[in-house]
Amino acid sequence: MEWFFFLLFAAVGTYGAFRVVTMKNVVHCALHLVLTFIAVAAVYVMLSAEFLAAVQVLVYAGAIMVLFLFVILLIQIEHTVAMRQLHRQSPLAIAVAVVLFAEIAYVMFRKVSTLGPAGGMTPAVQAQVGNTELFGAALYTTYLFPFEVASVLLLAAMIGAIVLMKKEH
Amino acid sequence: MQVAIELTAVIIKIVAVLGVVSLIVAYLTYAERKIIAHMQMRMGPMRVGYHGLLQPFADVIKLLFKEDIVPAPADRWVFFLAPVMVLVPAFAVYAAIPFAENFYVADINIGVLFVLAVSSLGVYGIVLAGWASNSKYSLLGGFRSSAQLISYEIFLGFALIGPLMLAGSLNLREIVEAQRGVWLVALQPLAFVLYFIAGTAETNRIPFDLPEAETELVAGFHTEYSGIKFALFFLAEYTNMLVVAALATIVFLGGWRVPFLSDMAMPLWIKTPMHIVSFLTKMLFFQFMYFWLRATLPRFRFDQLMAIGWKVMFPLALANIAVTGLVYYLFL
Repeated sequence: MEWFFFLLFAAVGTYGAFRVVTMKNVVHCALHLVLTFIAVAAVYVMLSAEFLAAVQVLVYAGAIMVLFLFVILLIQIEHTVAMRQLHRQSPLAIAVAVVLFAEIAYVMFRKVSTLGPAGGMTPAVQAQVGNTELFGAALYTTYLFPFEVASVLLLAAMIGAIVLMKKEH
Repeated sequence: MQVAIELTAVIIKIVAVLGVVSLIVAYLTYAERKIIAHMQMRMGPMRVGYHGLLQPFADVIKLLFKEDIVPAPADRWVFFLAPVMVLVPAFAVYAAIPFAENFYVADINIGVLFVLAVSSLGVYGIVLAGWASNSKYSLLGGFRSSAQLISYEIFLGFALIGPLMLAGSLNLREIVEAQRGVWLVALQPLAFVLYFIAGTAETNRIPFDLPEAETELVAGFHTEYSGIKFALFFLAEYTNMLVVAALATIVFLGGWRVPFLSDMAMPLWIKTPMHIVSFLTKMLFFQFMYFWLRATLPRFRFDQLMAIGWKVMFPLALANIAVTGLVYYLFL
């Protein structure tokens, strides 16, 4: 049963990811990326990381991709550039992609033999304590410094964007 | 066999919830016209059925039979999908909402996050409807609406953090259970006000309905939509209003709990309907507030809307979180 749902979400996600790079209309590409994110969120739920799944949909698919869509719609790229589907350097790109895929597949099939989360975060532990509490505890105790650094980085990016906008006026 | 029985039970619950919600939403359109009319000293729909009670059916039949116009330069697929992309998240949220202590479709232990995440997907339908119509009014309306929606989503979430700290869980059922002693609206009045204002903005209701204002942008993002697609947009808007009301009821007004009766021992077949009725009553109270606002207030300009959000509500929400955290840590 689990395998069936995993294959379903994986197939939807892979199809979405494939169509992101092969569709002619850029807006359609963005929509397929949203589809991929939602499929990935479903796989997160199957790995008992429900907090991550909800945040993925809330932040990635629900806010970041909306902003992507804003930019795509505002610059009206589909009216300006008729894009070729296959770039000149595509044979090199395909070779690199195949090599990467072979590497990842090799590492995965050597290490992973079962479906589901690994290490100390077994489904039993997560069902008892709850993914959100574990996540929050880890983020605010063990990984507090990277958390703060990430928020300072986002703040710097925001301030940079505002400064750039003000200079144009 | 066990799976088949559980599956059937879930499907029956889903059909019941969706059916009741659809009926309530249909009659909300009627109730809005009647209530606003009476507030304006006139009568509202009176002809179709006794005092206009069959008006929603008349509206649906009219919209079903209207000509379905698709603008020639529009993107057909996205034009068709946009109303669906607004409607599906609006209805999908009801899977997580508990109407009584044992009447819910799914018990999700990140219920609040699920509701926020799924309803944030409704923005796509609006911005894509604006774009797919290939018309300036629609595009502007779509952009304004989505900018408003993604901003006020943030304030909605932040307003909820205060009561979540006090309730101690993201599970909607447990939040209601945590209000045994006192409703969270008494402990978090600022969060309640902020949540309701953000909810009004989230559902594009007056005073925040510039994106679909009739006098400003013809009809905003749904200018080019006619017939059943237009009906789907309106269905989605009223369903979203009900979702905001449902979340407000659960987090602030004690969900299905009735002040003294819920703690008394009663047979389940009395208690559950009583709880469901109390939940629906509280939700409909919020709808009345929405209609009251619509009859009373003018609408904000877009820059005023954004200014109120980011300059007033955001600091207040942050202050609420800080004060709640401090008080919780020091005294509770």
